[in-house]
Amino acid sequence: MSTKQQHLSLPINKVPEGRLGMWVLIAGELVIFGGLIATYLQYRLRYPQWSEMAAHTSTLIGAINTVVLLCSSYTIVRAHEAAQHRDIPKVLTWMTCTIAGGLIFLVDKSIEYYHEISEGFTFTSPHLQQAGDHVNSLFWSFYYIMTGLHGTHVLVGIIVMFIIMMQVRKGKNLHRVELAGMYWHMVDLIWIFLFPLLYIAK
Amino acid sequence: MDATLHKQSFWSKYIFSTDHKVIGMQYAIMGIIMAGVGGFLAYVFRYNLAYPNASIPLFGHLSATQYNAFVTCHGMIMVFWVGMPVLLSALGNLLIPLMIGTDDMAFPTVNMLSFWIFFLSAVVLLASFFVPGGAFGGGWTMYPPFSAGGYVNHNPHFFTALFSGVSLMILAVALELVAMLMGGINFVVTTINKRTKGMTAFRVPIVVWFINIASVIFMFSVGPLVAGAFMLLFDNILGTGFYDPARGGDPMLWEHLFWFFGHPEVYVLLLPALGVLAEILPVFARKPLFGYKPIIYMALVSAVLSVLVWAHHQFVAGIDPRMATFFSIGTILISIPFAGIFLSFMATLWKGSIKFSVPMMWVLGFIGLFLIGGLTGLFLGSNTFDIYAHDTYFVVAHFHYTLFPDIFFGFFAAIYYWFPKFTGKSLNAGLGKLHFWLTFFAFNVTWFVLFFNGLAGQHRRINDYSDFSLIMREPYITFEKIATISAIILILSQFIFLYNLFTSLAKAKKGVKNPWESNTLEWVADSPPPHGNFQTYPVVYHGPYEYSLPGEGADFLPQNVQGKNDTNNVTQNNYEHKTATSFATHK
Repeated sequence: MSTKQQHLSLPINKVPEGRLGMWVLIAGELVIFGGLIATYLQYRLRYPQWSEMAAHTSTLIGAINTVVLLCSSYTIVRAHEAAQHRDIPKVLTWMTCTIAGGLIFLVDKSIEYYHEISEGFTFTSPHLQQAGDHVNSLFWSFYYIMTGLHGTHVLVGIIVMFIIMMQVRKGKNLHRVELAGMYWHMVDLIWIFLFPLLYIAK
Repeated sequence: MDATLHKQSFWSKYIFSTDHKVIGMQYAIMGIIMAGVGGFLAYVFRYNLAYPNASIPLFGHLSATQYNAFVTCHGMIMVFWVGMPVLLSALGNLLIPLMIGTDDMAFPTVNMLSFWIFFLSAVVLLASFFVPGGAFGGGWTMYPPFSAGGYVNHNPHFFTALFSGVSLMILAVALELVAMLMGGINFVVTTINKRTKGMTAFRVPIVVWFINIASVIFMFSVGPLVAGAFMLLFDNILGTGFYDPARGGDPMLWEHLFWFFGHPEVYVLLLPALGVLAEILPVFARKPLFGYKPIIYMALVSAVLSVLVWAHHQFVAGIDPRMATFFSIGTILISIPFAGIFLSFMATLWKGSIKFSVPMMWVLGFIGLFLIGGLTGLFLGSNTFDIYAHDTYFVVAHFHYTLFPDIFFGFFAAIYYWFPKFTGKSLNAGLGKLHFWLTFFAFNVTWFVLFFNGLAGQHRRINDYSDFSLIMREPYITFEKIATISAIILILSQFIFLYNLFTSLAKAKKGVKNPWESNTLEWVADSPPPHGNFQTYPVVYHGPYEYSLPGEGADFLPQNVQGKNDTNNVTQNNYEHKTATSFATHK
């Protein structure tokens, strides 16, 4: 960076670039999930029999996962607070807690998938299709595409936070802790919508 | 980063460059190449329409399946791989940093990634021509069950299903949308954050405003389609039934998801081109742009309305008639803000001292042609007429009268206008005028006659009309031939442009600084602008369209020159760095 650029490329509206970019990204992500949820709702209203299928999902594991995700949102806020004070050991501790929360979420999700798949409820649910129950097999397609897309976001978040931790350890890019936090809250928020739609509404 | 500080290798300078100008040109070149592919496809099936079963020069015999694939890919390519990269990405990348007076995009690496994902998407699409079964031929809108039936009918192996024409096309579209999303994030953040001193929101040139509005419309409408595209892909490769009625789904869902994006997409393509018009008109009318703020407000109104009109593409798809009325009214309402924008452009010309330079000719041609496209759109927006005209050549002629001027006239106007800026050389004006007149006449002859064929009932998806003697009678047979010959002239006349481009590039640099005597900031930088754009960042004192001001010496007043009426009021934006909360920017 030459001096002229340091002088004049200051963000004039006082929103740091990374934060602004993350807001725009989050807006885009919410529309993707919004489209999916709106589509699901259309079908859900059309097919009341989906409540039987939703009864096969485990509300308990879903509830545990909700608590885990909410707690990990708290820990990332603590990490952000520590980053503001440039307290690197604390940032690392809180981020490790957040990553652990994400991992617990994914393990829970895997256990859940395992039970559902062993009951025959897969992405295409062949046994339902062979029985001519196409409408109910579609519920599971929606279930897997929505939770799968959300799970992918959790996984991406964990990887990104791990990379940021490596940078923070060397004392670099502390501002990215906040960006990771914003992303993590978005993942959390989407789950708050998915949980009642897929688990509670039976 | 200064280019002078470290030498860049060929790869980092021209191929994997993070410089916004190089990326913009990569997008433009890619768009021109894809336009060549799309144009060749158009030539082949147009020839087949006029002379069914004839052997086509440079191609040979065209089968019905190939015809379908060619029409489908022509539409796909021209919208997603020509219109989008050329109007949104190329113009956005080339112009935004220069016009707002900064060194580069906010996220240069994301920008580079965006182009290479786009490049990959083009490769995937072109590869779909060479898989077994050929490219997808179910229409560019990819309606199920055509696009979702592969799995049920053949129950293929996963990889066979993945490497089929339809799956590759869906994948290519999804990749392209992701690339454009990354570009859009960059445009919006750059414009909000990186404006130079004094460049307040209402001193930003219209084209930058419009590219940003287009990016926002794009980002807020594309999400459901990204999700929907993956659902369609899973229908094909895994056998889910999101869109297949035989498996519990509903094909109408895709139509809604597609057009919820697809209609705003029209305005995503239109707004950057209108922005180009707004830049060029005042320069060659030597007058301030009429109604700068109203134009922006009208564009914002149209942005809101654009997401409320999508179902006018589905009037014959069996939607509720009450819904059809709602969408008819919305469609006709959206013509009001655009009529306002065009009337402002007309008012800009009023009593101006108009110079008929090459960019200005493309701009005026755009306005004339778009008028025909827009007015026929009013007919089609009303569902009573649309039910009659649906899927006929009337519709095809209508959207060619809107999209062709939009994509090509807009792009050519931009190229002839900004070519001196980005190369330091100038295009030959005589060849440019020849190129314009040939394109203008050939385009009109091609498409105007097809309005009549459409009203006579000619359907757009039939490759050979010789069996339909009731529809295909004189004069419509002659009209088909006129349209085809004229389309060939239209395609051939583009070689004049390519010749002009290459011979002008081979010339020595003149280094003309401001050949059109324009006000906007990009002309302050050197031509071509170096890496980092400006020697010192310009300070902006007034709006971008201050032409022929009384009391000033010259008839133009660049944005970085303080005029007599400008107070030195550049501290409207607060430049103090708020250290308490934004520690984050100290990298």
